[in-house]
Amino acid sequence: MSDQAIVDKLKGKFSSEVVDVVEFRGETTITVKKERIVDVCTFMRDQCGFNLLCDLCSVDYLGRSPRFMVVYNLYNITTKERIRLKAPVEEADARIDTVSGVWGTANWMERECWDLMGITFNDHPDPRRILMPADWEGHPLRKDYPVQGPDREPYQGRVS
Amino acid sequence: MGVEQPKTLGSGFITTSLDKLVNWSRASSLWPMTFGLACCAIEMMATGAARFDLDRMGVLFRASPRQADVIIVAGTVTKKMMPVLKTVYEQMPEPRYVIAMGACASSGGIFDTYSTVQGVDLEIPVDVYIPGCPPRPEGLLYGLMKLQEKIRAERNTFGAAIGVGEVIRS
Repeated sequence: MSDQAIVDKLKGKFSSEVVDVVEFRGETTITVKKERIVDVCTFMRDQCGFNLLCDLCSVDYLGRSPRFMVVYNLYNITTKERIRLKAPVEEADARIDTVSGVWGTANWMERECWDLMGITFNDHPDPRRILMPADWEGHPLRKDYPVQGPDREPYQGRVS
Repeated sequence: MGVEQPKTLGSGFITTSLDKLVNWSRASSLWPMTFGLACCAIEMMATGAARFDLDRMGVLFRASPRQADVIIVAGTVTKKMMPVLKTVYEQMPEPRYVIAMGACASSGGIFDTYSTVQGVDLEIPVDVYIPGCPPRPEGLLYGLMKLQEKIRAERNTFGAAIGVGEVIRS
């Protein structure tokens, strides 16, 4: 199944969910609304054969609205096809449904995503921090997080 | 060393001060607790291996803090790792020494970030800082020899060991 066929298949089922489709250098990226992300992901797994979630990550487009984008990199082990899903998330309501029920591997990736970017995953089975210390405050990979930590003067550049 | 062999007592005697005897034994069997965290640990392993051979100096790596005299902090210490390092340091029997190996352990190095401890001396007392990123094995050897020098210069070590006064470190 070509990427275009997958896109058409997804559009046939979720026509109102697909916001944008971009093809760049042979990689297809489908932007979908976040409300029915679990249904979309289940469809991609069951009907399109994407049985592996390679990576789940997020992007902080500071200054843009919606600010965050949750990215799902899917892989079909049988046909060796890849496709990318993206779901925009607003800063004011930085939450999205968990897909850890679709792919078990999403569990830790979503924990990492929450830990570093502060995007809450609804109904996540284990919503703890995974990389930062358990008592850490803030989400360090956000673009407006001070890189040297909130308790230090920011680096002003060399004096000389 | 300062161990003298006076001719008047014959060849079967040596005289020395008790402090020097204690310092000699401590400096001659520095057993390091390995605390390899990053690339410095590779250099530390190289220092222990055949070419540089720490064993010839009485430096035998121990994997238990209970058996160690000195902890070699080799690598980047994150804020999440610092409680572990402190616990290991506190588990070591006294007298205990700390070597901060490399730029990261000494000052945070290039990792001037929210997650990295900007030098382990913020939390535990450091005896020897070894610069380098990472230091060559010669650097670590030199640092260990500097620590041995420091130990040999301590005074009242015997007294402190039997509970009379404190160790005087110049």
